[in-house]
Amino acid sequence: MRGSDPAFGGVLVRATVERLMMPETAPTERVPEMQNLNDLVLAVARERSRTAFAALFSHFAPRLKSYLMRLGTEPGQAEELVQDVMLRVWRRAETFDPTQANANTWIFTIARNQRIDAVRRERRPEIDLTDPALVPEPVPPADRTLEAGQETARLNAAIGALPNDQAELLRLAYYEGTPHSAISAERGIPLGTVKSRLRLALDRLRRLLREDI
Amino acid sequence: MTNPLYHPPREILLDYADGSLGEPAALVIATHLAFCPACRHQVADLEAIGGALLEEECLNPVSDDCLRSLMARLDEPALEASKPVALRGVRPCSALPPHGLADLPKPLACLPEPLRSYLEASLAETPWQPPNSRPRNSGARDAGGWEIDLRVGRPPVRTRLIGVVGGGVMPRPSPIGMNLNLVLAGGYHDPRGTFRRGDLVLDDPGLDYSPAADNGEECVYLCVTDASLRLSGVLSRSLNPFVAL
Repeated sequence: MRGSDPAFGGVLVRATVERLMMPETAPTERVPEMQNLNDLVLAVARERSRTAFAALFSHFAPRLKSYLMRLGTEPGQAEELVQDVMLRVWRRAETFDPTQANANTWIFTIARNQRIDAVRRERRPEIDLTDPALVPEPVPPADRTLEAGQETARLNAAIGALPNDQAELLRLAYYEGTPHSAISAERGIPLGTVKSRLRLALDRLRRLLREDI
Repeated sequence: MTNPLYHPPREILLDYADGSLGEPAALVIATHLAFCPACRHQVADLEAIGGALLEEECLNPVSDDCLRSLMARLDEPALEASKPVALRGVRPCSALPPHGLADLPKPLACLPEPLRSYLEASLAETPWQPPNSRPRNSGARDAGGWEIDLRVGRPPVRTRLIGVVGGGVMPRPSPIGMNLNLVLAGGYHDPRGTFRRGDLVLDDPGLDYSPAADNGEECVYLCVTDASLRLSGVLSRSLNPFVAL
C-alpha cells in the first residue's frame, strides 16, 4: 500500500507538491492530501515537473521491476524496461486522463504494452478513443475522477479479502502471464476449476468496481 | 446503429487485458472493442485490477544508476514507432482517400482503429486489386469474393480480411485451428444465429456450420485462424451473446 512506501511519503513528494500546488502562496499544512499519484502524473503533464517524475519513479520502479521479473525478464533487462516504461510515462503524460483510469492502471497498461513490444517483439493492437469511427458510448461515462484514489485502495482491499486460491490464480494470470491451461497443468487443478475460480474472483472485484460509482 | 450482440468470452478479455493474448487475436478483440462500449468497460475494469495488483506488487529495488540514467534521457528526442508513412493520417470515410485506397470496397475505407492501420500497412506493401481484375477461383461461389492477408502473426496463424457477396457462401473455416470472425460490414448467418457488424463469432476447426452471407450487402469480416488458441484452451466453444456485468 501507498503509506508503507517511505520513498513515496517522503520529503521529495512533499516538496514537489508544495511547489506545484501552491506556487504563489506561503507553504501550508495542506500537503498530505495532495499526495496522489494521479496528481504527480498531471504535474508531469502540465509542468514537465522532474521532481514529480522522480517521485513517480521511486514509487513505481521497484514495483515494475518486480512485475517484469515475474514475467520472466532478466534483472538487467528488467531495469532497462523499467526505464523505457518510465520514459513513456514522461513523454505521454499529457495523454493521461484520470477520468478514464488511475495512474496505477495507466502505468500498468504502459508496462504491459512495452513488454509485449520488447520481449515478444509484437505490436499491441489498441483502440483509439479519439477515432471518429469508434462506436461511442450511448451515454457519456460517469466521471470517475473523484473515485480515482479510492478505487485502487478498494480494489486492493478486495483482493486481500479474496480466498487464497482465487487471489493466487488472479496473480498468476496477470503477473506471470500464465495461460489458463498452463496454470491448470502446473497446479494440478482441472482447467474448468481454474476458469471458475478466476470468474468468481473477477465477479467479486467487478461488483465492487460498479458499486458507488 | 446497433451495438454488437455477440461478444468475446471473458477469458479472452482477461487475456487481452493482462497482455497474454497474441497479436492476431488481440487485433480481433481490440477491433471488437471499437464497436462495443460494453466490452470497453469490461476491459477497463480488468485493467484496473491489473493496476491494483501493480500497487501491491513487491518492491524490487532498482540500482541507483537506473534513475540517474533515466533522468539523463528525458530530453532525448522521442523515436516512437509510427504508422506507415504513406498512409498516416488517413481519416475514415473520407471523400477522397489517397491513391491506392480509392478502389477499395467502401466498408474498408470506414474501418476503426486499430484495424485501419493494419490494413493500411498491408496495402502499402501489396496494393489493392479489385476482385474482377484477379484470377478468379473456379466455382460461382467465389465470384466477387476477395481476401486480403494482413500478415499478422507467424504461420500457420492467418489474419485475413474477407469479402463475400450478398447471399454468397462463406469460405469454409480453416481446419488448422480456432477461427475468430469479426463482422465489419453486412452480415452472415449459420444455424446458430445471424451475425452483424461488431459481432465476434468463434468457430471450432472441426465443425462446419456452412455459413452464408445475408442477401443484399457484401459481407466483410476479419478472420483470424490460430491453432494456439485451441491448444491453450482459453476459448469456450459456445457463442457468447451476453456481456456479463
